[in-house]
Order: sequence, then structure tokens, then C-alpha cells
Amino acid sequence: MATLELRGIRKSFGAVQVLHGIDLQVAEGEFIVIVGASGCGKSTLLRIVAGLETATEGSVLIGGADVTRLEPKDRDIAMVFQNYALYPHMSVFDNMAYGLRIRGLPRAEIEGRVRRTAEMLGLGDLLRRKPRELSGGQRQRVAMGRAIVREPKLFLFDEPLSNLDAKLRVQMRAEIKRLQRRLGVTSLYVTHDQVEAMTLGDRLVVMNEGRAEQVATPMEVWREPANTYVAGFIGAPAMNFLHGRLCEEGHAVDLRAGPAIALAAPPASATEAEVTVGIRPEHVRVVGNGAAGAIPLKVDLVEPLGAESLIHGILPSGEGLTVRASDCSPLAGTTLPIVLPAEHLHLFGGDGRRLRLAHARGAAAPVRVGA
Amino acid sequence: MRKKVIFPQLGLPYLLLLPQLAITVVFFFLPAGQAIWFSFLRQDAFGIRTEFVWFENFVELFQDPLYLDSMWVTLVFSFWVTLLSMSVALGLAVLADRHIRGATAYKTLLIWPYAIAPAVAAVLWIFIFHPQIGLLGKFLNGIGIKWDYKLNGTQALITVIVASAWKQVSYNFLFFLAGLQSIPRSVLEAAAIDGASPARRFWTVVFPLLSPTTFFLLVINLTYAFFDTFGVIDALTKGGPAKATTTLIYRAYIDGRVNLDLGSSSAQSVVLMLAVIALTAVQFRFIERKVHY
Ligand SMILES: Nc1ncnc2c1ncn2[C@@H]1O[C@H](COP(=O)(O)OP(=O)(O)O)[C@@H](O)[C@H]1O
Ligand SMILES: [Mg+2]
Repeated sequence: MATLELRGIRKSFGAVQVLHGIDLQVAEGEFIVIVGASGCGKSTLLRIVAGLETATEGSVLIGGADVTRLEPKDRDIAMVFQNYALYPHMSVFDNMAYGLRIRGLPRAEIEGRVRRTAEMLGLGDLLRRKPRELSGGQRQRVAMGRAIVREPKLFLFDEPLSNLDAKLRVQMRAEIKRLQRRLGVTSLYVTHDQVEAMTLGDRLVVMNEGRAEQVATPMEVWREPANTYVAGFIGAPAMNFLHGRLCEEGHAVDLRAGPAIALAAPPASATEAEVTVGIRPEHVRVVGNGAAGAIPLKVDLVEPLGAESLIHGILPSGEGLTVRASDCSPLAGTTLPIVLPAEHLHLFGGDGRRLRLAHARGAAAPVRVGA
Repeated sequence: MRKKVIFPQLGLPYLLLLPQLAITVVFFFLPAGQAIWFSFLRQDAFGIRTEFVWFENFVELFQDPLYLDSMWVTLVFSFWVTLLSMSVALGLAVLADRHIRGATAYKTLLIWPYAIAPAVAAVLWIFIFHPQIGLLGKFLNGIGIKWDYKLNGTQALITVIVASAWKQVSYNFLFFLAGLQSIPRSVLEAAAIDGASPARRFWTVVFPLLSPTTFFLLVINLTYAFFDTFGVIDALTKGGPAKATTTLIYRAYIDGRVNLDLGSSSAQSVVLMLAVIALTAVQFRFIERKVHY
């Protein structure tokens, strides 16, 4: 167990820069999930922490000690790879014992530690098998076991669940969470799957093209995304973005698609009137015909999900909007009156950054201003 | 999935097989059959009378201390050629694997020896080993080590071993490189994170994972050392001095073409044939059982 600190990590492969200065501080025992689209540099960052890749600039500190120049073997970390990277010619037992033998632990202790870890992971009966005689889920467990048995300072996971089928993935996800809680080892977990990120992480690092766009708890990231990228990336289905204009000195936002909506407080940092208004599909309210301030949504496609439906439609402005509604499943071609509740609106400036309201989100009832 | 191709007439498949079969028959079964037949015959020195002697040629062969000597030479020679060519190739492949970008040029350079005729290869090695004109030979004599592979049997053996191994390095290299590249990078990285030094990674992960390749090459190289090194020996030492480099294949040639003892030479060929059949059988057996970890 240890803290981890990244200071200004930059990485270039030849002329191509893939990491543009990543800073991160991880507390002891914290579970950090690095999430981002494929190719944004997550693995590269993790590999720099592991020592498998050298940062072009910046430093890595584990437990307060600078390990930037150390080899992987001297960093006391363990890593779980996407393809598990088990030693194909060794039994499950030997796979798990490999690192312990290298460290010269006594036989009896190796035996004891491997058995205990194997029991914990439900691998007790498989110790003599070779990796090729295991199912995907079992291999995944062995990879976890190999990491756990070493009792490292830091766990690194590089998309460890992405080779499993959906059901197993959900199951292993919960298991990883429980294990990490129980062992309390500081962990860095890379994934492109936002559900995995939301459910696992104490905090998320949302990455985009080699930059950390936001570092915060899952709920913070979801409730107050730092910019349009994060807002669109976290949450499924993705947040809707609409054109808007601040009016009444910032006390209301006038949607291109419909009426102006009064805000609890004017945005503190707005420099221009043009804004992007974001609203999550689950926050759009379907109202009765003729309700005040309703916007007609022309229904284009309805995807029933069982308990809920996803309604894709076109607003009068021509902008698309997705609505997630429970008890409503209109026919395509019909018109659905909807309302965008002010308390659920996210405002983003021209540069895509979140505009914070001058006061903390107030309890003031949203006031609707006629169109 | 395997597709069965249906030919409208029965003759066509056989017709298509014919060239291949013809080549096999003309260049393998006929000479092999002839060798087996001759191995039971004995001719007098002038080739006038021929008699059928059953296994006498073989009995005589295995009672001949010189034949047993050349068997020993063959074993020593094959062991060292195989060891040398495989270990050098593996070393080069490991180096190339690390810097795979430059490997194309590297591979091209390394494959050349394989394309060179044995006699030409031997001439190249004369320029290195010759006591008066060879680079290494001159150097060794210069620093006071008496070097002359035409007089010293051990030195002659070393010379033909090195020259024979050299020709085979490129072949082994390509297979080892392919084998190395099929080892997932992440497995080696996992070992590095587990704390293994590069040397330990090599011996506990890379080498075991290469074992199918190594085994395959072992058989190929032994076969090469047994049968394909005739040209190198003939060009460099002609089996001498004092038969120090006379391997089984070279002796079969000498007895057949020079001493014109066709019966004995054929018997020797049959022995060699049995050896290659045994090697191949071992190979098939292991490949079927999958030596893959
Ligand atoms: N060894 C490498 N050489 C050159 N480019 C690389 C190398 N490793 C990764 N990259 C590039 O860096 C970028 C980030 O890769 P990676 O960290 O693997 O992304 P992620 O894990 O987020 O999918 C990609 O554009 C990838 O092509
Ligand atoms: Mg990746």
C-alpha cells in the first residue's frame, strides 16, 4: 500500500506526442479509474507507471519515492494485462509463484501464500492446470491472483475485463471491487467502458487525446462534467447538446430549439452569449399536451429497453434530442411535448468548458420565461 | 473446415499428382532402391564379377575400426555443428527481436550464407582459416599458436565444424526469430514486473516457449550435419588429415567414387538412410504429441 503521484507526465513516440502533461495524486488505498476512448493514451500512462515505458518528461512517485528511473522489477507493483499474459508453459500454481520464487521466499511461505490467494479467488482446484486448460474467466482470475499474491504497493489493471463476455464482466467487476476493498491496495485501473469506470472508481480520470479532462469522483463527473467532452463521454445514452444564448444578463438561456429557460443564477464565468446547453436523456421531462413552455419533439425512432424507452426525435430547430422515459412509448412520426428542467441543464462556453453558476446550485424553483 | 474437391473424372487427380510422383520416384525411390540392392552385392576390384553376399557388407562395415572411427567423428561433428549453429542463431535472433525495426536489413544479411554453394562457402573459410593466407590462421600463427588445419586433426575438425555451422545459422535464425516474435510481448512484460532479470526471463520464459522451434531445428540441424555437409568437408579438408574429418557421408563417397567399392558404399548409404528415417520418425512423433508446453 502506498500513495502514487504523477507529475507532468509527457510522452512522445517519435514526433507524435500522446500524453500532454498528466498530473495525478492518488491516496493510499484509493481506486482510481482512468477512462477514455481507445487510443487516448491510457495504456501508455499505465505503462509509464509500471516502468514498461519511459516518460519523455515528468516523474512518477510511489510512496513518496521517485521511481521514474527504476526498472519495473524495482517498483514493487503488479499488473493485470488485457490478454492476461499468463506464462503459457507454467501451471496455475507456478504462474502465481513465479514472482515469489524470484524474490527468494521460502518454499513453505510461497506454498501458503499461493494457496490462500487461490482459495480467495476460487482457484483452489485448478492449481495444477495450464492456462490453456482454463476458461477466459478462470484465466482472468489467475492473472488477478498472480498480482495479489505478491502483495505489491500498487495494482495496475489494463482493461482486464474487456476479453470477457458481458455477464462474466459484470460479475468480475463486482469481484474486483470487493477484492480491492478487502486488500486495500492502491489501484490504477484503465478502461474504455464508462459503466466499469463509474462502478469501480473512487475517483475517475477522464482522458481525451492525452490530456486528463477531469479528475473527480464518479458522481461529480456525472453531475458536473468539466467540459463537453466529459459530459458526452460519461453517461449512456450520451448527453444531448443544444445551441443556446444567454439573455437577461445571464439569468436565462434562450434555446434555439424553443423557449428561454430561467437559470437559478447567471453563469459566473461566461464571456460570450453563445453557449452549449447540455441535458441528459433521463432528465428530459415528457409533459401533457399544451403544457406551458413545452417544446414539440418530432419522434423519429423509439428503442424500447424494457423498463424504459429511448426516444430519438428532432426539435423544431432541427437539432436531435434523445429522451429516456419510463411509462412513455410514442409512435414514430408523432409529436411529443417535452420540457427541459432548468435544474438539470449544463452550460458550456464556446471553448467547451463548463460554466459554473455564480451561486451554488440554489433551491430556487426554475422560472420559465415564455418564448 | 476442409473442402472436398470432386473431380468429374477419376483420372485427373492422378494426372495432377504425376509430376510430383515422377520426381520422387526418379530422384528418390530409384536411387534408394538401387543403393539397397547394391548393399547386398559385392564386386571384384575390376568390376567384372558380382556376387550376392546378403549382409556381409554390413557385417564387415561394423567390424571395421575405421568405420567406427568415422561414426565417432560424425557424432562429434554433428553435435558441435548443431550446438554452434543453433546457439549463434538464437543469440542473433534475440538481438534482432529487440530491435525489430532494423531486422529487415539484418535478416537479409543473415540469409546470404544459406544461399551460398558449399564450395564457395568453403573458399570463404579458407580465406579465414588458411595458415598462410587466412586472416585468423595468420593471426594465430603470428601470436605463437601453431595453426594448420591441414596437419592438425583437431584444428581440421574445428575448421569444418565452423564452416558447416555458419551455413546453417541463417536458417536457424529465421525460425528462432519467428518463434521469438510469436511470444506475446505482454508475457515478457509480466515477467519483468514479477521481478525477473533479462537473463532469468530468457531461461524461464522465452526458452521454454521456444522449445517447439528448438526441437524442430535440432532435428533439421542434425540431419544437415549428417548428410548435407559433404561439400564443405570435400572443399576444405577432403576428410583429412588422417581421416580426422571423415564423416559417414564423406566416407560413403570416398568408398563409392574413389575406392569404387560400391557394395560397401551402398551399405553405408543404407545405414545413413536408416538414420534419417529414425530422426524423421522422432520428429513426427514429437510433433504429433505437441511438445508445445
Ligand atoms: N510503442 C508505440 N509506438 C508508437 N506509438 C504508440 C506506441 N504505443 C502507443 N502508441 C500510440 O499512442 C497512442 C495511445 O496509445 P494507448 O496508450 O495504447 O491508448 P489506449 O490504451 O488509451 O487505447 C495511440 O495513438 C498509439 O497508436
Ligand atoms: Mg489500451
